[in-house]
Amino acid sequence: MAVAARKSKAPAQPKAAAKPAKARSAKDGAGKAAPALSNVASFSKDEDLHAYREMLLIRRFEEKAGQMYGMGLIGGFCHLYIGQEAVVIGMQMASKDGDQVITGYRDHGHMLACGMESRGVMAELTGRRGGYSRGKGGSMHMFSREKNFYGGHGIVGAQVSLGTGLAFADWYRGDKTVSMTYFGDGAANQGQVYESFNMAKLWKLPVVFIIENNRYAMGTAVNRASAQTDFSRRGVSFGIPGEQVDGMDVRAVREAGLRAIEHARSGKGPYILEMQTYRYRGHSMSDPAKYRSKDEVQRMREEHDPIEQVRARLVRDFKIAEDELKSIDAKVREIVNDAAEFATHDPEPDPSELFTDILLEPAQG
Amino acid sequence: MPIDILMPALSPTMEEGKLAKWLKKEGDQVKAGDIIAEIETDKATMEVEAVDEGILAKILVADGTENVAVNTPIAVIAAEGEDVSAAAAVDPATINPTAPQAAAAPSKQEEVAPAAAPAASAPVSVPAQAKAYDASSEFPAGAEIGMQTVREALRDAMAEEMRRDGDVFVMGEEVAEYQGAYKVTQGLLQEFGPRRVIDTPITEHGFAGIGVGAALSGLRPIVEFMTFNFAMQAIDQIINSAAKTLYMSGGQMGAPIVFRGPNGAAARVGAQHSHDYAAWYSNVPGLKVVVPYSASDAKGLLKSAIRDPNPVIFLENEIMYGKSFEVPKGDDFLIPIGKAKVVRPGTDVTIVSFGIGMTYALGAAEALAKEGIEAEVIDLRTIRPMDIETVIASVRKTNRCVAVEEGFPQSGVTAEIGMKIMEAAFDYLDAPVARVTGKDVPMPYAANLEKLALPNVGEVVAAAKAVCYR
Repeated sequence: MAVAARKSKAPAQPKAAAKPAKARSAKDGAGKAAPALSNVASFSKDEDLHAYREMLLIRRFEEKAGQMYGMGLIGGFCHLYIGQEAVVIGMQMASKDGDQVITGYRDHGHMLACGMESRGVMAELTGRRGGYSRGKGGSMHMFSREKNFYGGHGIVGAQVSLGTGLAFADWYRGDKTVSMTYFGDGAANQGQVYESFNMAKLWKLPVVFIIENNRYAMGTAVNRASAQTDFSRRGVSFGIPGEQVDGMDVRAVREAGLRAIEHARSGKGPYILEMQTYRYRGHSMSDPAKYRSKDEVQRMREEHDPIEQVRARLVRDFKIAEDELKSIDAKVREIVNDAAEFATHDPEPDPSELFTDILLEPAQG
Repeated sequence: MPIDILMPALSPTMEEGKLAKWLKKEGDQVKAGDIIAEIETDKATMEVEAVDEGILAKILVADGTENVAVNTPIAVIAAEGEDVSAAAAVDPATINPTAPQAAAAPSKQEEVAPAAAPAASAPVSVPAQAKAYDASSEFPAGAEIGMQTVREALRDAMAEEMRRDGDVFVMGEEVAEYQGAYKVTQGLLQEFGPRRVIDTPITEHGFAGIGVGAALSGLRPIVEFMTFNFAMQAIDQIINSAAKTLYMSGGQMGAPIVFRGPNGAAARVGAQHSHDYAAWYSNVPGLKVVVPYSASDAKGLLKSAIRDPNPVIFLENEIMYGKSFEVPKGDDFLIPIGKAKVVRPGTDVTIVSFGIGMTYALGAAEALAKEGIEAEVIDLRTIRPMDIETVIASVRKTNRCVAVEEGFPQSGVTAEIGMKIMEAAFDYLDAPVARVTGKDVPMPYAANLEKLALPNVGEVVAAAKAVCYR
């Protein structure tokens, strides 16, 4: 069955949250990690419903992708976003049309959040012709110019320079759009990240660097790989303000996102948001995740799950009936099942596709 | 309808595993995300999560079962109140573990159907009547012609294209206020201002990535490397981001960007500043690689490169910057990328080269003429895509070929030329193709050793005589 294109924006674009916390500027110098904000602005019913639905879509999509990987329908590498949903949804709720998104290889959630079709994403995972890259990119390499999604990059850290380049283009055109450049705690140790920080600040480029700190770079815990584990301070020597955000709370993410995006959009240059988040699954599908305890994972799921938090609010604060939530669940499941069905039966690319899209023909004249 | 839970794979290569433990029992309520079982292979343990909701109606494969094939149904989930008798009746012994889930199979089929696939790389596409590209009308008829250095021609090409298209900008180290480390960007800052002529920090990896990002967004950056030796810092962005994104995006998003700067040996700058990267970049699908020799080619090709929608590697040479050539005046002088040029017609032997290698080729042709050997000299101008047809047309006439480059011999551009000639004109050859290249050593500093490491006219003359058996 056909599934209509989804609109990813929140129903209402609120102004910056009521009580904006002050970003810790570079001058504040040493100090412990800023505590996650406890009094984050609350969401309206519509906003919570929107966040719930969007995060649930990512969760269910990724669960299905994991299942299809297990069935051999998806090959190669497949990195799931389960647990981190609040980060990209909160940031999308803070962004405006025209803002660009770019990320690394854990990219399915970002694509769905940008409004890309579940069918096209899933069909790319299965390497079929209906995929966003017509089956030639795979899990880590998908793009949509229409949705301002610039990939999907498999080289750890490369997207940071590229995202800074998107911001350069925004600055060059003066169109007041912002580049939202995502990377992980692992990528944050790459040299080109700091080359990009330097130029972004030097030229005051409109970029928000969103560091998704899910605590493990593949199997290496942050404290085993990073001399400075407070990633919000990684821009200090460039004078880039940064803050740590509870990346499991979609409200906190949106609030920080509004602040950071406004900073970048107003011409003040880059901003760093360290999203403290957690991935429930292994690094990729073939990672049994022996480097952390089951208790740790279980505790995160039970106490901090981004979707459960919203669900609880919907029931408690907005008196949403279980039936209504169930019907949202059912609709999301329908979209995901439809995508899986499509991606399973869509044909593989025509063999002639092997030699297409290598070079573009120059325009005449 | 009851839903089968299948034995999952931990990786694409896993074929079977052990069903270590059930964490739910028959009759338990399960919801999506619940861990219902653990499976093991020799390498790892994995948890099986429920994707669907319902009641675990039937366990088909018991705890501790070894060698359970991937995709074997291991349990059945039913909706509340659903009749599970049909499912419960399934006897695991009757399950054919090799029967795949409806759709899992198609990828394998294609592998054994090579007939459906196009030829490996569509290589030997030279037609029986190879036709040389005719470069004689490249200079516009009646155009005023003046002398210009390669340096000036490159600057004019950039300035003209920047006037023509506001999306074109230049970035690199010392390109603006310093007027270019080799003065190629002289005057651009004054004309176009700091928004379009941008001094970068010394940070090749970062600014190459920023350039590619801007190109993905639709701008047309010209990224100058002070030398291509420093582009080694940036080669990941050039290859993994610029060259591959168009393909990986199914044609949605390309990078119209020019990476340019001096390449190869200058004089007495040692091994780290003398490397010729023509062969490296020419190995990469998704790139175009241009190596001009004359000032007019430098200008016409750089203008084409800036207008090209693909990433173009534009390899210049420091020694050539100050050399003067005839260049037609006017803003619309373009040389097509991918076309070689017969620079000197001849009948006895074909000498093919590019970039500064042309100085040896032309010098040798001059010397050979004095000995009665008429060499036809071809300037490739573009290494990728390579205009092998013009070379083949010449070789079919002369039946002999010498290929010349400053780069290293192994896997070099001349190696590629020799192979292509063998594929398309083997029967026309009266002698094996010969090559003259830089020596297979890091570039030495000492003046005498450096001279020995580079090709020279004498070596080309000797090679030409050898293939002419003279």
